Amino acid sequence: MAIEVREVSKRFGDFVALGDVSLRVGDGALTALLGPSGSGKSTLLRIIAGLESPDSGEVVIDEQNVTDAPARMRGVGFVFQHYAPFKHMTVHDNVGFGLSVRKRPKAEIRERVKELLGLVRLEGLAERYPSQLSGGQLQRMALARALAVQPQVLLLDEPFGALDAQVRAELREWLRRLHEEIHVTTIFVTHDQEEAMEVAEQIVVMNKGRIEQAGTPRELYESPGNEFVMSFIGPVNRLGDAFVRPHDIEILPSVEGVGTEALVERVVHLGFEVRVELKLHDGRDIWAQVTRENAQQLELREGQILSVRLPAPRVFAA
Amino acid sequence: MSANAARRLGVRMLALGYLALLLGAPVGMIFYRTFEHGLAPVWSAVTAPNAEHAFWLSLEIVAIAVPLNTIFGIGMALLLERGRFWGKGLLGLVIDLPFAISPVVVGLALVLVYGKTGWLGDWLTTNGIQIIFSVPGMVIATAVVSLPFVARETMPVLRELGIDAEQAAETLGASAWQTFWRVTLPAIRWGVVYGVVLSTARALGEFGAVSIVSGRIEGQTQTLPLYVQDRFENFDSTGAYAAAVLLALLALGTLLAMNLLTRRTRGRTAS
Amino acid sequence: MPAIGARGVGALGKGLLGIYLSALVLLPVAALLSKAGSGGTSAFWREISNPEALAAIKLTLAASAIVVLINAIFGTLIAWVLVRDEFPGKRFVNTLIDLPFALPTIVAGVVLLALYGKGSPVGVDVAFTRASVGLALLFVTLPFVVRSVQPVLLELDQAMEEAAASLGAGPATVLRRIVLPSLAPAIISGVALSFARAIGEYGSLVLITGELPFKTEVGSVYIFGQISNENLPAAAAVSVLLLLVALVVLGALSFVSHRRSRHVR
Repeated sequence: MAIEVREVSKRFGDFVALGDVSLRVGDGALTALLGPSGSGKSTLLRIIAGLESPDSGEVVIDEQNVTDAPARMRGVGFVFQHYAPFKHMTVHDNVGFGLSVRKRPKAEIRERVKELLGLVRLEGLAERYPSQLSGGQLQRMALARALAVQPQVLLLDEPFGALDAQVRAELREWLRRLHEEIHVTTIFVTHDQEEAMEVAEQIVVMNKGRIEQAGTPRELYESPGNEFVMSFIGPVNRLGDAFVRPHDIEILPSVEGVGTEALVERVVHLGFEVRVELKLHDGRDIWAQVTRENAQQLELREGQILSVRLPAPRVFAA
Repeated sequence: MSANAARRLGVRMLALGYLALLLGAPVGMIFYRTFEHGLAPVWSAVTAPNAEHAFWLSLEIVAIAVPLNTIFGIGMALLLERGRFWGKGLLGLVIDLPFAISPVVVGLALVLVYGKTGWLGDWLTTNGIQIIFSVPGMVIATAVVSLPFVARETMPVLRELGIDAEQAAETLGASAWQTFWRVTLPAIRWGVVYGVVLSTARALGEFGAVSIVSGRIEGQTQTLPLYVQDRFENFDSTGAYAAAVLLALLALGTLLAMNLLTRRTRGRTAS
Repeated sequence: MPAIGARGVGALGKGLLGIYLSALVLLPVAALLSKAGSGGTSAFWREISNPEALAAIKLTLAASAIVVLINAIFGTLIAWVLVRDEFPGKRFVNTLIDLPFALPTIVAGVVLLALYGKGSPVGVDVAFTRASVGLALLFVTLPFVVRSVQPVLLELDQAMEEAAASLGAGPATVLRRIVLPSLAPAIISGVALSFARAIGEYGSLVLITGELPFKTEVGSVYIFGQISNENLPAAAAVSVLLLLVALVVLGALSFVSHRRSRHVR
């Protein structure tokens, strides 16, 4: 189901959460709303869900204007950052809740819950209580619960934010695979650009209540439309008005007349990549990213003086 | 014994000694005095017709006042914790008002509204409704003094619960009432129960307000606490002590319930 | 929106709640204020400055003040022992603290009379004296300071005291400069609640004090007497005075704790 947001605005008192935001999400797409805290991404998601209502503008789901419809009429599945489990119900009852509210027969509910628990790999935990589950398990239960009523749209609000790094990585991968299997239009909110790049097909970068740019991960990385997008997606060096990516900086072994002279201030080994902090001879600090091999070949060490070649820097019109 | 340990012991003895003199000994004394001549006189005192009537009247009043306050308390808690409007602070203060008012003053205020010469006096008389000097008035008086408990105990639990689970239920298609009944209420139930226990204890023990509003008519509008006073004034110490002990036992039962429930609701801060 | 639900309360619900609150609290309080002011401020002052009324009010305020001071000290002490100390039966003692909350006030009076009244087995008879007023008030207000201080003490990070000790502070100093300042808000809160409760106390005083005018008659007893004599304006006047004192004390408490919590941020 395609989703369309038309010129939606929302304020909380004096604070403008969303200013005239418009967006199109295609049917079956897996989209990320990416941005720092306060960018409006969660507010936008909740307006799409019907948990908040916009001050102005419209929300259209599957060609139907749902702006005035309450959340329960919109057919959206919502997954919260802290899982929002029904603590006094078993996993089975949690997942089956939406169905029991629709008064489906018990046998049907049992079947469907079993199916979903299998899908999210929580078989055998049906009679446990939320307090007995780990964070990762709780989030999978929350997903199963949202999917139980076959929503047209799946919305996730920082779904992995409260989890350990390891579990987060696992669930990211798992969400992508789930989407491949089920193809529901999915939007998730995150402040983690790596997560957005890894999981989403389309990323919408937001800042201060506005959409800065929307596109595929590659488009955003290689052709950022402004300095915010470039700084937010991927690492960046800022030299005055110009922006340079650390891995675009070439480090040359010799100091002969090519490139600019630079002093190696610090070499940080981060596994496969090596981060080299440099001071250019005009006093400016930058850092470059090279592979282990490069670092070894160049015999990088502190205090070394060598040459760097900067690519054509990117400058954005003010 | 080190200076530290001696100091510790001293402080402990001081605290426990104070408690023994103020609480322990008097309570122990009443049990002793009541039963010092055996069980029989106590039993006959407790089964005297007026005593029995007082006991059942107390229960009847509590059985009406507490459920009313419970519904009110939950409603108020929802209003204050989930509603959006100006004047929440003021409303909270109004609910807490019964804590600041002497029970005698409560009785007076009720007489000024529902008594024959009160604000609603004429209307009530015309419609043949008797509130003051009759059970309905006692129910109202009891409800007033035990009003805040359920609301106060439910509010923090509601606040801590947060709205996420309720919103989740909403996205899953539950109506507002379904969400309340199946998600909110079960989640706050221990707070509600604790409030009900406190409310019941307060209602059972109410004396001053009911004293004024009831007219203290023997065998008709005497609750158990009023009966205790009545027996005392008639120099029937056995009767007074017996009724007092009965009330004390109910109070101890309340304490037990409070203790057991504290673990459930405030598990984190129980000592 | 239905009358009641998780999203809040609908119009019908609000209406019902409003009616209940009005019938039980708002209307009665309004009637009380109206009666007290029915003769104008001069009549109000006359009722309050009546010698018997004055004596009762003075006794109430003085006794309550002394009692809450004692509570501040002993209440804190008891809270300390319950939180920091260990001894057999501690759980039992902790439960017992709430007894004055659970026990009907009339029973509290009977209980104190049995031990400290006529025919006392230990020969202590304070019945019909001013001391009996203090005794009864101490009993009914016991839990307030204790229960107010306990949770704060539980949360108190002992690391602060240890740091002070490592810097050379003796136990008395640590108490004075580290612990008590942290407990002060809770103690004050307990004191305010005790005071509001004490000035309105009635049931426990009825039997043991003998209700002697000018001697052991407190405000609430005076009010009761005036009601029995059908002198409602007098009763209302003194009632409103006591109510105002209670509200001022509780209001000040609320104000102070608001200011404090802003500081802590």
